[in-house]
Amino acid sequence: MQQSDIKNKNNSADISSAEKSTENSASLELRNVCRGFGDEWSREEVISDFSLSINPGELTVLVGPSGCGKTTLVNMLAGFDKPDTGQVLLNEKLITGPGMDRMVVFQETALMPWLTAYQNVVFGPKIRNDLPGRELKKKADYLFEKVGLVEFKDKYPIQLSGGMQRRAELARAMINDPLVMIMDEPFRGLDAMSRELMQEFFVRLFEENRRTNIFVTSEIDEAIFLADRLIVLSNRPTSVRKIIDIKLPRPRELNVLSSTEAYKYKRDAMELLHEEALKNFKRSTPKADS
Amino acid sequence: MTDAVQSKSISSVSKKKSKLEKMLTNKSLWRGVVALIGAIIFWEVCSQSKVWFGVEIPWIGKVPPPTEVIAAWQKILHYTGYWESWYLSTGRVFAGFTIAMIIGIPFGLLLAVNRYFRDVFFPPFEILRPIPPLAWVPASIIFWPTTEMSIAFVTFLGAFFTIVINVLGGARSIDVQYLRAAQSMGANQWDLFWKVILPGTLPSIWTGAAVGMGITWEVVLASEMISGGGQQGGGGLGFFIWSSYMGGTVAQVIVGMISIGIAGYLSSSFIRYLGVITMPWRRLF
Repeated sequence: MQQSDIKNKNNSADISSAEKSTENSASLELRNVCRGFGDEWSREEVISDFSLSINPGELTVLVGPSGCGKTTLVNMLAGFDKPDTGQVLLNEKLITGPGMDRMVVFQETALMPWLTAYQNVVFGPKIRNDLPGRELKKKADYLFEKVGLVEFKDKYPIQLSGGMQRRAELARAMINDPLVMIMDEPFRGLDAMSRELMQEFFVRLFEENRRTNIFVTSEIDEAIFLADRLIVLSNRPTSVRKIIDIKLPRPRELNVLSSTEAYKYKRDAMELLHEEALKNFKRSTPKADS
Repeated sequence: MTDAVQSKSISSVSKKKSKLEKMLTNKSLWRGVVALIGAIIFWEVCSQSKVWFGVEIPWIGKVPPPTEVIAAWQKILHYTGYWESWYLSTGRVFAGFTIAMIIGIPFGLLLAVNRYFRDVFFPPFEILRPIPPLAWVPASIIFWPTTEMSIAFVTFLGAFFTIVINVLGGARSIDVQYLRAAQSMGANQWDLFWKVILPGTLPSIWTGAAVGMGITWEVVLASEMISGGGQQGGGGLGFFIWSSYMGGTVAQVIVGMISIGIAGYLSSSFIRYLGVITMPWRRLF
């Protein structure tokens, strides 16, 4: 009894802190979205009749078997791509194209190689010209301190390690004060050690202001460690296989993954993912199976 | 992090060495010098002893040895026509090349970013491109009022097509993620062009320029030979070689050839230097 009380308290504290920052947070919704590729005669539906709503101030993690259309979903949320039918909504308003209310951190680094880390970070405000020079510098300096790259401000991306590039990219996204952050397998390609460090760094960053965040990954541990809500996706055509609310306490440290709760979540999700992967496998090798 | 700190301290240590010291201890420099001296010795030996073991050395045996060439060169150094030729050819190369850059870079970029422009101008461009610049010589002599202008025109063509193709290819292969990132940060078409496409194409621009520069030298020399070098004194290095050949002084022909080699090397070093200046991020590779 007592324990559940404490939990409730924790939860309510979480909610109130989430509510505090809802004005710079937003909800996203996908309504009956369909998207296919190819010509009429060789068309493949990647996503058909997909609906999902993403709550404000939550870290929603999408996991799914590889090639299941996660990046297509991200592109539509970001506005780089449009659904064939259905709607993508940000705060109940139709998304028609890319915008700075939604910042994307890409799979491979998208820092511009011809700009220094600092120039990359201030790129957005500079071209929009919406911040006076001194304030921009202050904000950028603050963010560089936050991501721990102060000494590397004037380095070009190629001089930074993979993890540093990722942090610079986070700073570049955050300086635009987006309502939503969309991360498409952002830590892919990092070695295991820096990946863990980045996960811990990122979870702290998120817990600080609880900005609505969509995080796509194919790593189940990463998903459970970060998520408020875990969306397990099915194979193509993509649908929501299951939504798992991850109720691990926050603030989180990596050792939370060794708790029995985390293990249970992991087992559930793995089972579903395994089923989905198996379907894919069977489909691609029909003869051997029958 | 520690890696970065370490590499920083290493680079600061190596900075303490003076530039000259660095150059003198540079192994690749020494390998180059040794190779060059080796080649000259080989040349000297081969052309001095025309017959080895009863077999005539097929090509080098007919070429005057380096000592003879150097003697010819020393004589020519006092001859103003030689220096005027340098000046004329270099001027022609840079005139044609500069015009090709000025027209070719925007043309290539426009082909890359504007579909309508591409639809209209790409087909005629592709038909004209395979025509070797030298095939334009007769037509341009007829077409342009002075020899100087026709040489400049042919030179321009030599660099123009290469530059355009490189710029077009470079601009079209810019990673779509840079464009997407810029777009989602609020960049409009103008920003995308100036802040993403142009800097993203710079490496290809300089590649095109380096190749174009090489072609320009080839074209200038050939058109000087064909056109007789124009009315001015010296007539250019191409004409210099041609008239030496007509005069029967083979050593002087070789002086002309080596002069062209040096001129070409200097020009492409110049292009590389421009590349390094305009692309500081590339210095770090």
